[in-house]
Amino acid sequence: MTPPLLTVSDLVVQYHRSGAPPVRAVAGVSLDVGPGEVVGLVGESGCGKSTLARAVCGLTAPAEGRIDFDGTPVRPLGVRRRDPALTRVQMVFQDPYGSLNPRRQIGAQIADGIRTAAERGEKADGATPQQYLTRVGLPESAAGRYPHEFSGGQRQRIAIARALAARPRLLVGDEPISALDASAQAQVATLMRSLAVESGAGLLFISHDLSVVRLIADRIAVMYLGRIVETGPTAEVWDAPRHPYTKALLAAVPRADGAGVLPTELPGDVPDPAAPPGGCRFHPRCPVAFDGCDREEPQLIAGGVACRLYAA
Amino acid sequence: MRFSVLKRLPSAWRRPLAVTGALVTVFWLVVVLAAPLLAPHDPLAQDLPRLASPGAGHWLGTDELGRDVLSRVLYGARISIPLALLLVALSLLVGGALGACAGFFGRWVDETVMRVADLVFAFPTVILAMVVAAALGANLQNAVLAVLVVSWPSYARVTRGLVMGIRNREFVLSGRLLGFSPWRSLRVDVLPNVLGPLLVLATLDIGTATLLLSGLSFLGLGAKPPAPEWGSMVAAGTQQFDKWWIGVYPGLAILTVVLAFNFLGDTLRDALDPTAARTIGAEKERVA
Repeated sequence: MTPPLLTVSDLVVQYHRSGAPPVRAVAGVSLDVGPGEVVGLVGESGCGKSTLARAVCGLTAPAEGRIDFDGTPVRPLGVRRRDPALTRVQMVFQDPYGSLNPRRQIGAQIADGIRTAAERGEKADGATPQQYLTRVGLPESAAGRYPHEFSGGQRQRIAIARALAARPRLLVGDEPISALDASAQAQVATLMRSLAVESGAGLLFISHDLSVVRLIADRIAVMYLGRIVETGPTAEVWDAPRHPYTKALLAAVPRADGAGVLPTELPGDVPDPAAPPGGCRFHPRCPVAFDGCDREEPQLIAGGVACRLYAA
Repeated sequence: MRFSVLKRLPSAWRRPLAVTGALVTVFWLVVVLAAPLLAPHDPLAQDLPRLASPGAGHWLGTDELGRDVLSRVLYGARISIPLALLLVALSLLVGGALGACAGFFGRWVDETVMRVADLVFAFPTVILAMVVAAALGANLQNAVLAVLVVSWPSYARVTRGLVMGIRNREFVLSGRLLGFSPWRSLRVDVLPNVLGPLLVLATLDIGTATLLLSGLSFLGLGAKPPAPEWGSMVAAGTQQFDKWWIGVYPGLAILTVVLAFNFLGDTLRDALDPTAARTIGAEKERVA
């Protein structure tokens, strides 16, 4: 088995607030992404998946645990220039309207990515910004235009082109499709997958939309309130979810033949991550919680699920 | 930026105050360039009757040494306006650079720059400028330096705020992730996106700079006689209250310049739409 490209072990990320206990946005997560592997990270808003993505890129400093990329520990990005070895991790952000410099031509912004690869000392493959634009399905003439001339979906493809131009080995998508309309979502998601796999890069794709993640991910990790509750190959998780939370998430995915059928909703809201419930974090909302769930916190077992139903 | 300005100029520039400001500014710029052609007399020559009231031959009268007031006011523009522009450019450069570093790097850089700025803010502007000018010696270069000392902090503060507002925007972070050095990030991603509001501030400040510089000359801490400087001419006028034309006309020159640049700055601000300029145009583009 090839060693994983990205190893996240027991990661804890906290946000400090003045006069209040810190929020544990990520509370002990371990996750691997292999070369050429597409991992989909899903969970509802506020479960810490974006924080995890930012930590992987060094944009947020972890409180505990470690993150290694290709044998190099990921150091938080301060005011200094990023370690060239880490520029092989690139990110596509959520907001297509905020992720491109409004004052610079598209071509110049993609050329920045090409320069990043060159500055790492890699032999230039002679690719031009125009070629990267073509690869994401935009005309070469786009290079001379400004971001405001493009739609959200197009901008997201430009952001992907810029990230790819840096020839990353790991691409992180932080909800890259959630701001797009439905027709652009699947298109951008599958484009990200095919371009990442084509270049041999791993892809960590974060989304709250299981139905899109299912289309592109090899493996799915489900996050709830700062922890991974279930992980496994996409087909297994989709066809035979085990954790009650995964089951609830899947039940909420609208189906073509489900006209008029409302999914059964989970009772209550996501608890405050600053004061997570004791025991299993999901037990207050769990439909099958039983005696002891409010005391013992289940760990992720070898089978890839963190639930006392499956404890040995 | 160029595009949005061009598209938005017409409506904002059609207002009366905008037209007035632009016309008066253009008038004074023409005077700066063509003073020798426009002035009927040598501004330093003392060959006219002394203290003559306005009339044929000397439309704005003559001063206590027999110099033509009109010619001196016109030549005065060549001193006051270029110096005010230079001063604002220097303030923008110094205050902008310090403020951008403070906002971008934070920590001790921010603390140091902003505490020094607070120190300057704590003094009344004119008095601090007077102290600096007096300490350096009374001449025009030192007056410019003195005003620079009191004017950079406002630029530093505004720039710092603008830079802090966008340094964590996603496109700046994207650049950092691509391995931009902090300087490249500042130059390429941050500064071009905060320039709009800074230019508005600078335009509004030209009037204030003119006023401060003339004020120092009025107090004898700037231009030296016989230089035709508006502030010192007003000072001479106060010695001859019954000969009102000596002080009033250079005073009017200061007034019109200050007003014109204020109107111009307001117009520029409306044209650039500061709320949109502050959020770096993103909102507007979203609607467009």
